[in-house]
This record gives sequence, structure tokens and C-alpha cells, in this order.
Amino acid sequence: MLLSELKEGQTGIIVRVGGNGALRRRVLEMGLTKGSEIYVEKYAPLKDPLELIIKGYHISLRVEEAANITVDKL
Amino acid sequence: MHKKSFTIALAGNPNSGKTTIFNNITGTRQKVGNWPGVTVEKKEGAVSKYGYDLKIIDLPGTYSLTPFSIEEIVARNFVLDESPDVVIDIIDSSNLERSLYLATQLRELDCKVLFALNMADVADSRGIKIDADKMSELLDVPVVFTIGNKNKGIDSLLKTAINLAESESKISQKRKVKYSKDIEGSISKLQSFIEERLEQNFPYNIRWTAIKLLENDEIVRERIRQKTGNISQEIFQEVETHRKRLLDRFDDDPEIVMTDERYGFIAGIIKEVLTTSIKQRIDTSRNVDFVLTNRFVGFPIFILFIWIMFQTTFAVGSYPMEWLGNGVNWLSAILETSLPDSLFKDLLLNGIIAGVGSVIIFLPNILILFFFIAIFEDTGYMSRAAFLMDKIMHLIGLHGKSFIPMLMGFGCSVPAIMATRTLESNKDRILTILITPFMSCSAKLPIYILLAGTFFSAKAGTVIFLIYIFGIILSIITGRLFRSTLFKGADAPFVMELPPYRVPMIKSLIIHMWDRSKMFLKKMGGIILVGSVIVWMLTAFPRNINYSMDYNEEINKINASFTEKQKKAAITKLKLAEKAEKAEKSFMGRIGKTIAPVFAPIGIDWRGSVALLTGFVAKEIVVSTFGILYATEETNEPDALKNALLSSEMTSLSALSLMVFVLLYLPCVATIATIRRETGSLKWTLFSIVYSTSLAWAAAFCIYQGGKILGLT
Ligand SMILES: Nc1nc2c(ncn2[C@@H]2O[C@H](COP(=O)(O)OP(=O)(O)OP(=O)(O)O)[C@@H](O)[C@H]2O)c(=O)[nH]1
Ligand SMILES: [Mg+2]
Repeated sequence: MLLSELKEGQTGIIVRVGGNGALRRRVLEMGLTKGSEIYVEKYAPLKDPLELIIKGYHISLRVEEAANITVDKL
Repeated sequence: MHKKSFTIALAGNPNSGKTTIFNNITGTRQKVGNWPGVTVEKKEGAVSKYGYDLKIIDLPGTYSLTPFSIEEIVARNFVLDESPDVVIDIIDSSNLERSLYLATQLRELDCKVLFALNMADVADSRGIKIDADKMSELLDVPVVFTIGNKNKGIDSLLKTAINLAESESKISQKRKVKYSKDIEGSISKLQSFIEERLEQNFPYNIRWTAIKLLENDEIVRERIRQKTGNISQEIFQEVETHRKRLLDRFDDDPEIVMTDERYGFIAGIIKEVLTTSIKQRIDTSRNVDFVLTNRFVGFPIFILFIWIMFQTTFAVGSYPMEWLGNGVNWLSAILETSLPDSLFKDLLLNGIIAGVGSVIIFLPNILILFFFIAIFEDTGYMSRAAFLMDKIMHLIGLHGKSFIPMLMGFGCSVPAIMATRTLESNKDRILTILITPFMSCSAKLPIYILLAGTFFSAKAGTVIFLIYIFGIILSIITGRLFRSTLFKGADAPFVMELPPYRVPMIKSLIIHMWDRSKMFLKKMGGIILVGSVIVWMLTAFPRNINYSMDYNEEINKINASFTEKQKKAAITKLKLAEKAEKAEKSFMGRIGKTIAPVFAPIGIDWRGSVALLTGFVAKEIVVSTFGILYATEETNEPDALKNALLSSEMTSLSALSLMVFVLLYLPCVATIATIRRETGSLKWTLFSIVYSTSLAWAAAFCIYQGGKILGLT
């Protein structure tokens, strides 16, 4: 499933990061690599962006960007 | 004996504490804040320690050596091109895994690297234990623990850096990231391919160059093109074949595979050096954040914070403002009685004190405003504001991160415009630069307080708040408009780290306020003082004016005829008329009369016109100019300027029109220079000037004429 489909408080394992060149690269460099565990901390009040916890730190992505990331729900 | 000198660069991820450590080492006070992207340009400092002259460079934070935004390019280029003697990689120990990404990239370069495991206290409190010796051994780098904000470990960090700089040792190759067989194969083939074709003294490590070429790094390609000329085509062809081969092999771009493999390598290191105690603790920062970005109360709290900021600025600020005002009055009263009448006395009282004195009393308000902005920056709320606002900003075609410069714009446009460097897309940057001046800066605050206080007394706070809101609304409309016309195109992604909340250090807040006060006072003693003297001169000269009637004669007549009571009123009236005529016939008056027709439709008389004109230099001067133009014999009475304004032709409506004009019209010189530098384009600078000034005139026109039609005064 897609990362953007995870609900608050759910955890997934990243299967694949898609998307266009530069963004994809940056997201990977910030540690969203294949096989890492990612936790959906919360969605912003207007449902976008969302806050994630990866490798022990908090990062925010837009829903539309999270939809480029495929995860396996844990 | 000549001392040895070394250059030491501080690199690292954003918000890892580089500037904090830089300040500790050099004793300077560069800006520190708890959000990624505080430092946007490199800063240098010098210090002599342990018998060495050290040049320390604070770099903007970067997540990798593949830069994304301009401030990251600065950091990377410095490390690559200036080849510092030592690079200290400042690592946030509580965030080790991600930090090691940049660290491993730095290790691939031919430079001497040293790791500072900063924020050791945070890691400790989270139960994270790092085996520094093991790490040092595995990666073959010196590792030092530091706590930046408590100044711990800094001395040993410096000593280690000096030792490293002194050591002859060639950086060993074996401890670098080892990629998978296929990639290593390509790297070494490409490496020897380049080596065979290159002349001597190619500035970069060849293995690193090969890696970067495989990753299709544009900047490295460009460098190769410059350095090698014709051979570059050959090299690029070879790179292409390798990239193709790897693409077929992995079914993904080599740069992506290599990023994955670096993280794989890092995971191995982490396993060996890091242990986390399972003990569950309460994560205060997370809990606080669940409230502050809560679905229901997140926005109300945000608005409340902004409201408190402005309310405190006006309400609490008005007390010390009154004390300062009394002080200024007391001073001018003393000078009034103790000095003999002379041109110098006129300059001192009606020029300098009327000019500088009328602005300096706003110091407390400005400090309070900056205090709040500093709190937002130091606690970590700034990133949350961007997080909350991204959706709204996105709807108007901007980026959530644009909100940070906009919020900073309430303080001063200059650092705010510089803060746009963290925006990845150039379109977003220029657009944000264009709208930031509409976020009313603190220098405009005195004008509002003076005019709103005079003409809207009880409702002054609300009026000023509405002015700010009006600025925000216009910036939104502008953003929307430009986004769909001048800046069409795809939206930039919103990838942002959210740092944990931290308790702001009182000491650093106080230092921040102190520095702000010094800056303000310097401005008063410099540009505002000079400006006031010039305004006064233009008002006081020429000395011999052809009056329309002989005022002294008239006064004498009155003295002879009327009763005591009538006399006084009549004489005051005449004196005022004389003063008005004098001002009108001064140089300033002539300038004002010339430009007044432009401002007449928006209800601003010649005095307002020249005041606005002087505001080009610095916005505070508008108030100084009013102070000088309306200076009366009774300057030393409280509220003299207020009373003078009330008895002038200005009405509440024209005051409102004036305030709106001030809110929007052309930015001050310093801001214009910053816009010029940051956009790198004269065209955008002129555009910004013309757009803001026309918008100001149009908005003021609507308000003034609309108000007149509605019968308001
Ligand atoms: N608890 C703790 N906080 C620290 C430490 N070092 C720095 N800080 C805080 O971390 C935040 C970031 O510090 P900065 O020095 O601005 O970080 P920077 O690396 O220069 O950040 P950028 O310029 O944005 O790249 C500030 O709020 C500091 O007070 C530390 O060792 N422990
Ligand atoms: Mg910094």
C-alpha cells in the first residue's frame, strides 16, 4: 500500500520510493530507504502535510509526496 | 616566530549545533535557532588558541553533498573548493543514523575529517549510548563528544582538530564505504579511465569524482568540463556506458542504488556502536507537539500566539514607551531653558531631539516584538508554523517553508529575505521575496503607534492589528496572482525536518535582545540622526522668508488692543500661522509642494508626502520627519506631537490612508539592496519597487476615496 494510506499511529516498512529525480533522491538521502521502518506520527490539522518518524527523527511530507512511497503495513 | 595557521570548517546536517559551537569557539554571536536552515551563508571567525591562528568557518547545514537549495551549495562548494585543513562534521548524536550519511560522504573526499558528536546530552536523555572509540576505529576518524549549548567538549574538539591538521598521515582509503561488487567494479574502472587521461593536479579525489560521475552529479560534471576541456567528452561517454550497465543490472538509477548502499553501510556501523536502553520515557517534546499541532486546537493556538505577540508589543510596550517619552521631554525642557537662543539650539531641539527622540521611544515595543520572534525560533515552533500553514500556503501557490521568512518579516525584512535561501525552488524564492515586504516590519511600528494612537486612541490596538492583517491578505493575493501568471509551473515538494522542542536559553534570549537594542541605537545614532539633521536643515532654511504679512507687526497690534484673554488666543493663532508659512516656504516645503499633487488623491498633505519620501532611507525616519515638521514651542510637553497632529489638517481617514501606504510602499534602502542581492536581478528589484508602490497608492486611494464617499472622516 501507499504511505499516504497509512493512518495515524500505524507503522510500515518502505518497499519502494518513487517519484521524480531530485525529490526522490532527497527523500532517500534523508533516510527513507528501502527496508526502513516508518511511523505515521500525525496529520496536520488540514490533513496535509503529515509528520513521520524515520530513523528516530521527525520529518514532514505532503500527502501527495507520500503517495510516491510504497510500504508494507506492519 | 610566526604562528601556524589553520582553516577549520564546521559542516553538518541542519540544526545540529554548528553555529552554537562556532560561537563558543570564536566568542561571536551569530544567530542560533531551533529549526533547520538558520545559517544561510558561510561565516568566518578567527581565534588564537594553543599557539595557533585558527580560522573557523561556520557553514550552512546540509543533508548530503548533493545539494538541493542554494545555502546547501554554499556549504558543499566551500568544502570542495577551499580545501580547509580540517572539516569538523558536527553530528546530532540523537540522530546518528541520518547524520552519518553526510559523514560518510565527507569521508569519501580527500579531506581531513573529524566528528563532533554534539547534543550528547539529548542522546543521553533518550537512552542512546554511542561507543565513540569503536566508531573512531571503524571509520578511522577522530571522534569527540560535545554539548554545544553548555560549552562542553569544545576545547578537546579544538585540540583534536589541531592534532589532525598537524598530522602528516594520508587519509586511508580502506575505511570508506564499500559498495556492492558491480558498483565497485564500475568505480574502479572509471577511476583508472580518468587517471590515465588526466594531467597532474586535478583538484579532487579521483575515486570520489568517479562516484559522483556515476551518480550523474551535475556540478561535478561541470567542473570536469572546465578542468579537462576536450577529454571530458570521452570521460562522459565512459560514464554513460557504466551507468547504463548499472541501470540494467539494478533496474534503478545508480545514484539511488548507491544511496541505498550507503545507508546499508551506515546500518552496519550503527549496529556496532549504538545501543539504546529500552526504558520507555515520556517524550515531552512529542506530547507538547500533539497539543500544538492538534487537529482542533492547533490553529486557534497558533492565532492566539500571534495575537499575544502583538498585544504584548502594544499594551505592555506602552509603559516603558511613556517613561522614555518623559525622559526625552525632560531633556528637551532642560535644554530649552539652559541654552541661549541660537541656530544650534534650534538644531538640537527641533532637529535632533524632535527627530531622534520621537523614534527612540519605540525601542521597548520593537524589543518585545523581536523577543517573541526569538521565542518562536528558539523553541522549534517555527517549523511547526510552517507545518501547520503548508496546506494554506500551498493553496495560494506558495510553500510551507515560505511562511518562516514571512513570520520573520514582522521583525525585519532583511534577514527574512535572506531566509528564503532554504527554499529549494527558485520560483518559490523570488515569489516569497516579493511578498515578504508586505509583512509589516518593526520599523513601521512607530508610525502606526503614533498615527493610530493619535487618531484612533481607544481602538489603536485593533486598528494596528488590522493593518498587519491587511498586509498578510495582500501578500496572499499577490502570491496567488503571480503564481498563476508570472511563476507558473510545478510545485516544489515539502520535505522538512521537524526538530524536537527545546527550552530556549534565557541567556541567549537576553543576548539577542541586547544585540537588537544595540543595532537599534546604532541606527538612531547613525542614519536616523543624519536624516533628522538633513530634514531639519531643509526645514529651517532658507532663513529669510518673504512672509505674506508682517507677523510681528500684527502681534504688536493685538498687544495694544485686545483684552488679556483674547490676546493670548489670537497671538497663539498668529504664531502658528507664521510657523506654518515658514515651513511651507522652507526648502522642505517646496519639495513637499512639488510632490504633493501625487499624494493629494490619497489624502496626504505635503508634510506627509515629504515624510514618506524620507522613509525610503529607513522607515523610522517618517516619524522623525513628522517630529521635526510639527515641532512646536511646546515640544517638551507630553503628547506634543500628538496634539500638533490633531490640530493639523490630518483626519482619521487620511491617517488610515497614510498607514496603509506605509505598510505597502517601497521598501527601505537596506531591503532593496537585499532584494537585489538575493534575486540577483535588477529586473525583479525594480519590479518589486514599482509593484509595491503602485499597490500602496491604489490601496490608499480606495480607502481614502471610499471612506469619503461613505462620509467617514
Ligand atoms: N540540548 C542541546 N541543544 C543544543 C546543543 N547544541 C546546540 N543546541 C541547540 O540546537 C539548536 C540548533 O543550533 P544551531 O547552532 O543554530 O544549529 P546549526 O547547526 O547552526 O543549524 P543551521 O544553521 O540551521 O544549519 C539551538 O536551539 C541550540 O540551542 C547541544 O549540545 N545540546
Ligand atoms: Mg547555523
